[in-house]
Amino acid sequence: MGKVGGGVMRKAGRDVWGLALVGLSGVAVFTALGMVFLYAPREATMGDVQRIFYFHVASAWVGFFAFCVTFVASVAYLARGARRWDMLALSSVEIGLAFIAMAVISGSLWARPVWGTYWTWEPRLTISAVQLLIYAAYGMLRASVESAEQKARFAAVYGIVAFVTVPLSWFAIRWWRTIHPDVLTGGPGMAITPPMVHTLLAALAAFTLLYATLLRQRVRLERAADTLARLRLQVASEE
Amino acid sequence: MLIFAVLALLVFSLALDLGGTVARTATPGVLWTTVAFSGTLGLSRSLAREQRNGCIDGLLLAPVDRSAIFFGKAIGNVLFMGVVEIVLLPLASALFNVSLLQGGVLVVLALGTLGYAAVGTLLAAMAVNTRAQEVMLPILLLPLAIPALIAAVQATGALLEGGTLAQVGGWVRLLVVYDLLIVAVAMLTFGYVVEE
Repeated sequence: MGKVGGGVMRKAGRDVWGLALVGLSGVAVFTALGMVFLYAPREATMGDVQRIFYFHVASAWVGFFAFCVTFVASVAYLARGARRWDMLALSSVEIGLAFIAMAVISGSLWARPVWGTYWTWEPRLTISAVQLLIYAAYGMLRASVESAEQKARFAAVYGIVAFVTVPLSWFAIRWWRTIHPDVLTGGPGMAITPPMVHTLLAALAAFTLLYATLLRQRVRLERAADTLARLRLQVASEE
Repeated sequence: MLIFAVLALLVFSLALDLGGTVARTATPGVLWTTVAFSGTLGLSRSLAREQRNGCIDGLLLAPVDRSAIFFGKAIGNVLFMGVVEIVLLPLASALFNVSLLQGGVLVVLALGTLGYAAVGTLLAAMAVNTRAQEVMLPILLLPLAIPALIAAVQATGALLEGGTLAQVGGWVRLLVVYDLLIVAVAMLTFGYVVEE
């Protein structure tokens, strides 16, 4: 364990791109945070609570994007059968789950003062919760299949079917009920000024960078786990 | 599956103890919950049975396309769920004092069942190969069935309120799109699920 861990650590030292990504996303997140609190104006009707909005939208975006990446990686895995696509799909699901959970939690925190309730069956909140359930099930599916190859195949099929149902869920829930502020099209609910747009874009860019960084690290971790398993087998067969 | 469905319906009727207009609003939800839960039972069993004596291996040896096996299993499951529904409809009509036996409801029921059984067949083929087996299927299936369930419940509800099939066209179209997409995806991916 120690020897293998050392090898992985040494490799990490040479990973210039990985380190650069970590640095970049760190700077970007702090810049975005600064903009949220110092640059963006105070919203007229909702007050400071509206500042949650920038990171809330950014994490929802990353969550959805991550599941999109999983879908593409799952298709690629079934077509090519290369382990790295499976690693990408799995890593993206885990990161996406974290971000979508953040979006749901920050959404409820915002909804409490603005709508007067933590939870309501509003389309965008509901679709996030549905995605949370779907991709939690993805994790459970992986955990309960024995063979590594079968695990990857099942997960890829589930990743594809699941992603296909998400837009349909979206339409179903949207027709069912809607009270979410229509922010981007400038509908009623929130007046958006240029500094707000800049801040939102900065938050989106920062979170996307953070996603790329985490994804890269998670894939490396999975690869290290593979190496470890292989070395263990090797040691066991030599004994 | 049939006994379970009838029992579930009776338990709902006892637990909710409804009458009048409240019963009419609750009936679509009760009906579809019963169909969905009894459906998962039937779906698990249908694939577990193939696994038990290695029947699935025999099927895979047959010189047919893998999607043919999928369609065979899925059609079988639709028929089984249909039989259960034929019993459930008059029973629910009597218990909740609503008239479920109308053309529109039957169309919605057929479309909803088709999509549910199609995605359920695909997922059940995976679930029987996991450690958790029967427990796994509902966890995988229910979140993916949400669009079909919402559309089916809304359409059934509107029909019970005296709407026509044309008035619930949006929901029916959503069900049709769901069915087509799911069947297409399942047809393409089923081969990877049963592969040895």
